[in-house]
Order: sequence, then C-alpha cells, then structure tokens
Amino acid sequence: MKKSGKGTRPAAAFYDMDGTLVKTNLVHALLFQARNQQGILHSILKTVQVAGSIPIFFLTDMYNRSVFQERFFQSYKGESEDRLRFLSEELFENVIKPSIFPGAVDLIERSRNLGLKQVLVTGALDITVGPLARHLKIDDWITNRLEFVDGFATGRLLPPVMASATKASWIRTYAEKEGLNLQDSYCYTDSISDLPMLSVVGHPAAVNPDFRLRSTAIQSNWPILDLT
Amino acid sequence: MPLALRRRQQEHIVHIDTDSQPRILHYGEDFLLEDLPVGTRVIYPKPPIVGLPNPEAAIRHALHHPLGCDPLHAQLYPGMKVTIAMDDISLPLPPMKTPEIRQQILEIVLDLLTAHGVDDIHLIVANSLHRKMTVSEMKRMVGSKIFKAYHPDRFYNHDAEDPDGMVHLGRTDHHEPVNINRRAAESDLVIYININLVPMDGGHKSVTVGLCDYESLRPHHEPQTIIESDSYMDPAHSGLSRKCERMGKIVDEHMNVFHIETALNNDMFLSPMSFLAKNEDHFTDKDWAMFNMTKATLRKLPRAAKRKMFFQIPANYKLIGCYAGKTEPVHERILRHCFDQYAVQVKGQCDILITGIAFISPYNVNSILNPILVQVMGPGYFFNMYRNKPVVKKGGVMILTHPCYDEFDPAFHPSYIEFFNRCLPDTKDSFELREKYEQEFAHDPNYIQMYRRGNAYHGAHPFFMWYWAENGRKHLSKIIAVADNTYVPEMLGWERAGTLTEAIHMARSYMGRSAEITMLHHPPIFMSDVE
Repeated sequence: MKKSGKGTRPAAAFYDMDGTLVKTNLVHALLFQARNQQGILHSILKTVQVAGSIPIFFLTDMYNRSVFQERFFQSYKGESEDRLRFLSEELFENVIKPSIFPGAVDLIERSRNLGLKQVLVTGALDITVGPLARHLKIDDWITNRLEFVDGFATGRLLPPVMASATKASWIRTYAEKEGLNLQDSYCYTDSISDLPMLSVVGHPAAVNPDFRLRSTAIQSNWPILDLT
Repeated sequence: MPLALRRRQQEHIVHIDTDSQPRILHYGEDFLLEDLPVGTRVIYPKPPIVGLPNPEAAIRHALHHPLGCDPLHAQLYPGMKVTIAMDDISLPLPPMKTPEIRQQILEIVLDLLTAHGVDDIHLIVANSLHRKMTVSEMKRMVGSKIFKAYHPDRFYNHDAEDPDGMVHLGRTDHHEPVNINRRAAESDLVIYININLVPMDGGHKSVTVGLCDYESLRPHHEPQTIIESDSYMDPAHSGLSRKCERMGKIVDEHMNVFHIETALNNDMFLSPMSFLAKNEDHFTDKDWAMFNMTKATLRKLPRAAKRKMFFQIPANYKLIGCYAGKTEPVHERILRHCFDQYAVQVKGQCDILITGIAFISPYNVNSILNPILVQVMGPGYFFNMYRNKPVVKKGGVMILTHPCYDEFDPAFHPSYIEFFNRCLPDTKDSFELREKYEQEFAHDPNYIQMYRRGNAYHGAHPFFMWYWAENGRKHLSKIIAVADNTYVPEMLGWERAGTLTEAIHMARSYMGRSAEITMLHHPPIFMSDVE
C-alpha cells in the first residue's frame, strides 16, 4: 500500500515487548528460569529468592528503569549460558507464546502490509526475545544481553543497555544506518519509561499504557491501543 | 405582506414581529436567547404524531403481513442459520427511553424463532465503520434478558476490519464491490431491524452500509456522490441512495433479507425539557422559568458534566409505523410515515439561514461534538434537510451557533484529531483530501486496532464527515459561526462572530440590508419542502 502524502524513504514500526506485545514481563522469564534450576532444592531456593526480590524490583523500577535493570539482572548471576539457551524455547512455548496479546499479531501483520520494517526494541534478554521475534516474523531486534565469563552469567549487561533514552538513541542510529524515515515510522510501548523512544518517531502510540503514559498520550493526542 | 397576516399563515412558520418573544438557539451544551430581526422567518417542526396505541400489535402485524415475501414464521425451519442485524447507537437521537424499539422487536422475533426450533441465532450491531458500541450501551439497547442470553458470543458488533469476517458478494454493473459481514452473508435468513429517523437511513443502506467494509463504502462515501445528491436526505434525488440500491440488488441476489423498518415520531424532549420543542410565543410562565433555571444551572456546570446530564435524558419517541418484508416496498412505505412527521412546507428560499447546533450528532453519542462534527451538523445535515431546493439561496450565508471548542474524544475519535490538525491546514478540498490522505488513514494500523479492539470510529471516518458537507460548502458563499473559539472556525474555513447580532450584521453586509432571514428551530429535526 502506497502511503500517499508521505516520503519515499522506507519506514519502520518499533515495538517494545513486555506489556506491549506480550502480557509477561522480565520477572516472568526470571521466575521460569528459577523454577527450572538443576535439582528441586535449588529450584525452590531460587524461586523464593526471586519472589522475595519482587518488591525491590518494583520500587527500583518506579525510581529509575536503568537502576532497576542493573539490580534485576544481578539475579542471573551464576546461571549457565547453556542452560539459559536450552530453556529459552521451552520458556517461549510455555510462558511467552500463550501471553501474546490477541491484537499484537494483527497489528504487526497490518503494519508489515504497509511496507514498514518490523523492529523489536526491548529491555528483555536476547534468549527470551529470539523465539518470539521469529514467531511474529519480526525483521530485526535489539535486546539486552547478559555478560558471560567462562560460560556463566556475571549478572551484568553488555552495553548498550536497552532502557529509556538508550532505546531512542539506538532507534536514531539504526534509522540512519538503514535509511529509514523516522517521521513516517511508528512506535509502540506500554510504559512511560519509553517516552524518549516514542518521541523520536512521527507516529507514536501507547499500547495498554500505564497511568502516566495514558495521561501523556491523551495530552499529546497519541493513539491509545488496547491489544488485549 | 403585512406582518400580522404573515404570522398566521402556517402553524409551523412564524415571522418575527416587534412584539415577538426572543428565540432559543442551541449553543453546544448551552442555549442562547436571542431577539431576531423583525421579519425573520422561523421554521418549527411539526408537532409529534400520536404514537401507535399498541406497538407490539403493530410489530406482530408487520411480521405476519410482510410486503413482497412470505410472513416471517413461514420462512423459519429448525436448524436454519439466522442473523439479526440492527442499527447502531447513531439511531435514534438522543437514545430513546427503554425498552427501546429494537428491544421490543427483538423480543417478538426471538420468541418466534425459538417457537420454530431455530437456535443458531446471532445478533449483530450493524455499526459499519462507526465505533463499536460499549457493553453497557449494547445492554441498554436490547434489555438485560436478551443481553445475558446472547452476549458476547452471539451478540456483538460488526467488525469491518476482521480479515476473516467479510465476504465478497460481487460487483455492481458500475464496478462497486459489495463486501458483507460473513456471518450475515452465510446465513439462511438475515432479519434487519431498522429505525428510520431521517430519510437517508433505511432501505438498502441498512445492509449494504451497516454490514460492509471500507472498500465497499468508498464508492458512495465520497465527494462526487454527495455533489450528485440534491439532497442526500431526499432519496429520490440522492446519488447515495442510487448507489446503495445498486449494491442492494447484489445483496438480494445472494442473501435472503427480511427487513423490519420503523418510523418514530419527533417527541424528542421529556418533561423538564419539553419547552425546547415549543414556539416561544406560546411559552407559559412555567416554560420560561424552566428555561431560565436550566440556563442558570448549565452556566455553573463544567462542559463534561453538562454533556453527561444531557445524555442522561432519553427521548420520548413513539412508534408511528412499522413494516416488514422485502427491502424496497418496506422502505417506500416507511418513508411516507417519515415525511408525514418530518416534512414541513416552506415557501421560498432565504438569503441568510440561522441554525443552532446542539451537543449531539449521530456520531458522538456519549461523547464530544468535536469541530468536524459541528461542521457535519451545520453545512452537512441541516443544510441538506430539504426537498426540491435548499432553504437558503445559492450564494447565501449560513449562521450557526456553537462554541466550536477544540475538544476531541481520544477514545472515540482518534483519527479526527489528526485529520483536524494535520490534513485541514493543508487543504480543505474534499477531492484532494480523499486523494492525498484518506487511504493512509483508512489503513493506519493504529486506527484499525482502535476501531477493532476499542471504541474508535474508523480511521477514514472524519473524511466522510468532511464530504458530507460538500454541497453546503459549495452552495453557501459564507458560513459564520457564532463561537467562543477563534481559530476553530478559521480552520474549518468559516468566519467567526462573537454574538448572533454581530453575525447577522456581517451576513447583511454581504447579502444586503433587505436580505431575507430564516431560522431553523431544531431539534426536533425536520425537513423543508421548499416551493
């Protein structure tokens, strides 16, 4: 479909993942990993540990998304890379796939039909995102990546850490590299922390937004989508 | 002619004299009380026709004595697939008291279907590209018993963007594609329940528009069809009706449609607001007290609260006619009832036409009358409510009264916001808007999702609303809005006045001191048969 009245350069649709395309978030993936440790005792211990950290995650996320991520990914410290990758397909099939919002598939399909490049920009881990991106036929994705030393996670992230302003900055660089017209591009997210990424495209949209993003979207006349 | 004689010519026409009372004009959620210049002609609607004493009996009679086909009961057999489609919340306006007419008809029809062993029944709101009705609106429309029995699996809104939900029935000899809701198209029988408030509605438009998709709507919801309609409220001279009839014939070739059409009287205002339908010269002290009290109360309320209050007051409409059977003969009969109620005889055109714009239109029930909808009511619907020729002469001036606030409902009218702020500053030409922007809005994935999963009007809808006023824009030399807002009228291509007096002075400066002035005193709505 030719987008009349618009530039001739290609454009893209950028999506956040957790809460936007799928119901789950980072904690669900972490809990899944915790439940599937080697040995029952280890699994119980890790699950209790993760569950106990949830209030801290919540509070740090309220304070600052980057601080939250730093604290959150510490929970992966000591996990084996092999095991994380081994469990990723199972995580997708059992946890992520059933939680894809019904409207997400339709939205991506229609967006693709308009000739827009489909790009996932998320703070989730690459091991979680890959199977979902392939399932949704996403063209490109940028995620957070754990640092591994000798095959074990250090609990730190490799740069660039995808959160808030970094996402926006990555989109700008990506658009320049791919020759994309950001004015004709779309962006979808559920959280106010992604405001910078919404602000760099011509067609920002709030998806199943939190209260603060909803208010911002209303004030800015951005569409508010409910994909549930 | 002496004023004293002119005043008594026709009951629904009043000429303002030196001792006439001021007239009430709608001003969005408020009212204006204005002294009009002596000699101004004020046209009122006809009084309400008395409703049928037993609506249920009238409905049953229509079902048992249909026009052009077998009675409904004779078409039913166990195991058949039946779809009942019905008009959406845009009709009637304002929503009528419960149990409303759709519920009354549904109760009778569903009983009949059950008695004949039909259990594969779906109820579909024929909302076309209008917003989907909310759950509470759907419940109010059919009553809680039917709602509980059918919602959500068997009572739902039509989805024109459901990739698997539409069927292509064919093309007319003018190549117009006819795409219809799959469930309806694949049913053994489609029963359509219609409410006819304006003559543009009903007939073949019910199914071909109510259950169609964007591709099927494009051929007639476009500026050239509007230009070829004189007016689109007069089916005999409407390009829109002609195209719907062509498409309706394709529907009739593929589907068995049993049409139930109803006509309502114009008893719009319940008791506390009933003064609004009266000639101000006949106001009692109680009427003036009620009006002053209403005006004083409204002055103290925020706009959203006023809107909420108005939408809480249902209309007192009564059934004045019900026919069933094949679409065309049924529609022909029901139109006669409509014109009996709504058509008023008017002698001669005027130079300056004044009309108040109230808070409501078919497209903003429980929502805001945004600038595009103000436009559709003024040079759109109110201009087009005529037969033979417009009430105002070619090159005349329309004065409308509405605050014209820059306010939009982001959930119901998201694409209107972009249309108003992005497209209108670029061009106001309907053909250019259609060519340059309409498809982009129609296929915008955001607007599609908001239509499908929310309660948003389709992305292309503001364009249709703009085309709706095409004839008014072409016919009138000026449109003057008596408005609070200064830039909204300008954005719409209008002039602005602070008061009605100022607007009349401006209009007279274009049309001359001796310009004939006419005021349309609605709602309740009426159509002018202009001689």
